[in-house]
Amino acid sequence: MQKNIPLKIVLIVAIMLVFTALIFLGNPSDWPVSVGAIKQRGLLGGLQESIHLGLDLQGGAHFIYQVKVNEAISSQSDGAVELLNEEFVKAKVAVAEISKPDAVNDPDLIVIKGLTGNGLSELNRIVNERLPDYSAPSRGAEGTYLLRMKQTDLNNLKNRTVDQSIIAIRNRIDTLGVREPIIQQHGLGDYQILIQLPGADDTARIRDLIQKTARLEVRQVFRTASGFSSEQEALTAFSNILPPNTTLMRGHDFTTRQDRVYVVAKSLVVGGTDLKSAETSLDRNGQPEVVFHLTVGAGKKFTSFTGAHNEENGTPDPYLAIILDNEVREAASIKTEIGDTVSITGGFDPEKARDLATLLNSGSLPASLVNIEERTVGASLGADSIRHGIQAAIFGMAAVMVFMLVYYRFSGVNANLALILNLVILLGFLGVSGASLTLPGIAGVILTVGMGVDSNVLIFERIREELRNGKAPPAAVDQGFGRAWLTIIDTHVTTIVSAAILILFGTGPVRGFAITLIFGLLANLFTAVFVSRVIFDAILGRKDRGEALSI
Amino acid sequence: MEFFRNTSIDFLGKKWIFLGFSLIFSVAGLLSIFFWHGMPWGVDFRQGTLVYVKFVDRPNEAEIRAALYRVGLRNVRLQRYDTAAKNSELIDLPQRAESGADVTHDRNLTIQALSGATAQGKQDLNNVGASTVRDELITRDPVHAAPQEYERLAHQIVDFRDKQRDGLFRNVEEAQQSGVPAAIVDALKQAFYTSNFHVFNAEIVGPQVGDQLRKQALYATLYSLAGMLVYLWFRFEMIYGVAAVVAVVHDTLITVGAFSLTNTDITLTVIAAILTLIGYSMNDTIVVFDRIRENIKIMRRESLAEIVNRSINQTLSRTILTSGLTFLTVLSLYLFGGEVLHGFSLALVIGILIGTYSSIAVAAPMLVAYQESRGQRLGGSPAPVPAQDAKGKVRVKA
Repeated sequence: MQKNIPLKIVLIVAIMLVFTALIFLGNPSDWPVSVGAIKQRGLLGGLQESIHLGLDLQGGAHFIYQVKVNEAISSQSDGAVELLNEEFVKAKVAVAEISKPDAVNDPDLIVIKGLTGNGLSELNRIVNERLPDYSAPSRGAEGTYLLRMKQTDLNNLKNRTVDQSIIAIRNRIDTLGVREPIIQQHGLGDYQILIQLPGADDTARIRDLIQKTARLEVRQVFRTASGFSSEQEALTAFSNILPPNTTLMRGHDFTTRQDRVYVVAKSLVVGGTDLKSAETSLDRNGQPEVVFHLTVGAGKKFTSFTGAHNEENGTPDPYLAIILDNEVREAASIKTEIGDTVSITGGFDPEKARDLATLLNSGSLPASLVNIEERTVGASLGADSIRHGIQAAIFGMAAVMVFMLVYYRFSGVNANLALILNLVILLGFLGVSGASLTLPGIAGVILTVGMGVDSNVLIFERIREELRNGKAPPAAVDQGFGRAWLTIIDTHVTTIVSAAILILFGTGPVRGFAITLIFGLLANLFTAVFVSRVIFDAILGRKDRGEALSI
Repeated sequence: MEFFRNTSIDFLGKKWIFLGFSLIFSVAGLLSIFFWHGMPWGVDFRQGTLVYVKFVDRPNEAEIRAALYRVGLRNVRLQRYDTAAKNSELIDLPQRAESGADVTHDRNLTIQALSGATAQGKQDLNNVGASTVRDELITRDPVHAAPQEYERLAHQIVDFRDKQRDGLFRNVEEAQQSGVPAAIVDALKQAFYTSNFHVFNAEIVGPQVGDQLRKQALYATLYSLAGMLVYLWFRFEMIYGVAAVVAVVHDTLITVGAFSLTNTDITLTVIAAILTLIGYSMNDTIVVFDRIRENIKIMRRESLAEIVNRSINQTLSRTILTSGLTFLTVLSLYLFGGEVLHGFSLALVIGILIGTYSSIAVAAPMLVAYQESRGQRLGGSPAPVPAQDAKGKVRVKA
């Protein structure tokens, strides 16, 4: 068994050096950054770059949002309803009503009522040619026809909605200057997004930034640009019958500081996708305003609309409203034709104006988000925990090491070396993998230390037993390792199996704990079984046969 | 140095004492779970809002309760957090029936209630983050610098507040001590005031999340138990796997029962600790089982009860040493780990003790009991031949 000991020692020292370096350098892709940090701030700087701390240790904000995917489906089917209406008019097919009976819970369902003549064949044609993501119409009650989205397209749309939301959120978060934000789909529930922002502290502001759908629309306003004081008053003004294709919408007049109700068109002049860019500036009175520029196509559309509806040529209802997230932000009359630039004034402080410009530039969310979990960990609490955790770990380790030295004398040195190497490998793994160290992770480290000690104790007790049975030291070491090896494999594999299952099914702290534990146990198998053995063999090789072993 | 040598304690002879002991603790825990404190789920699992507040002076719980009552927050649980010197209070607000409302509503109400009548148009410097301070500085532009410079200054002020002043300024002037120019402090004075409290931590969990988490934690645990059972079945025999899993369930039950008895919150980190104790107890049980498997091959004449007793005694030295040392690390975590780690380390302290006990007092006697019951029915066949030996999957490396 005592073959190639020098070679093995070289191998162990090499591994030790490599992992020590990895602790400070981290993942190869981060090496330039880490080396820079080491040059500037010494080894501690490198350590801070390579070992990522979890939110619980460095403070920060954590959110989970539910994406209301049904809203995206509903706006998709709104488009389909509009298209069906247009196509039926073109094909001169009479239809009583095209509606969505339950837009909230069953958003893709479209019901077509009172189809006559060659209506059905036309419907089949339209669905075939223009609505590829819908299945062929099926018969409903009372001569109606039902349209539903294909299941695969429906799921694709839902997943796409979540992906788009993540992109929009990332764009918004990037303006905050948070280092290493985590924005990803949350594994636990359906269509949820997890956001972790290390070091971030202004949760209220961040929440506003994330949650605003920032859907900007420009629509025509009817009767008056100053709105009505209540819905009742608006209805009375139209003798209880609103003009076709109009709706009531709430808003706020920032000059008079009153809540108003406006009568606005259902169709848009300009929508969110027509926006090219937005910026803040000051209006004539020196108040902050948000200016937005339209894309070429939308600019033309806007110019032709304002050219057709303005006070100069005396067309009725020459009014426009700028609507943000279904709330009228501003309504005004159109004096004359306008180019491709629109601005919102009033009711802004500089901070709000900047945030709105950011939101408009980052793109609107395809569906609204509901906040279902939020945590903030203060930086001071994080610093407190890390101090306590490290203190406890060092104290525990020191106590274990002293005990091993007293109880096993020289072999204790052996165990302690293995233990230290174990920690070095574990931290090196953490540095390379980029997994962040959390409080449960520190506990995982402590448990690894416990199991590392256990492996050594198992081996040493076995060697002592063999020595008591009258075996010579080399044979005792051989037998001791051989017997204990079986047990160590069983205990480690069992724990690794359960930790792997925790990684598969767990999230958050449970997962962080399991990852650290697996790294630790793998390192442990190497140190307790291989390294410790090599040290024993090296010592035995120097001794004469029959000389007592210090254990 | 050696503590134990050739012990020969009759562990199996004490099985009735062990059974009584296990029953008392399990039943006490179960009684508490069903009839007394219930399952003390932490906010991670039960939904609701936890707000951790640090005050300038010692918090007056009656006043806090009254202020919260005035804004409509009822059934509030108040609890001192950490040592008395820290002047910190944990405000625990239950999830309210109306769903669909913004989950942060209760937290915001709490801050509003504690703020009382606020200074006109000013923000509270003790409860804003660096980006708000930065924006106020950019708006007021007191030293005519670039936004990046204001960003740096804002972080300097907020870091100083959080790390040197524990999150609390007594007045805005104190910001000067962070080393920022006087002009900056003057600008701060126009925009901010200081309240007498600082919210240093908040946890808000909505109704959907808690439910999902509870299910997920339960399933993750069950799957990992099943995984271990299968592995042990493969390496030993079915009954070994069953006995080990029963021992682990016994440990979990007693630990969870202890949490219910002491009314300590079971949070996500506590779940991680329970998973740890499962791993630890399993480790301990396998060491004993391994020895039993080995001895069955050598001791062909003795009864299984004798073999088990002998195996426990042979591994006793190792068991006590390892448990003792692991207990030492866990105990240092419990004593020095601070408030955040309290629940976690409590679970481990109990778990290590019970986990060690159960390998000797639950798992091993169960093997014997199973064998005896089978032996009586089948007419006294001797000890089970481990699968190991028959299939020869792993040989002792000698």
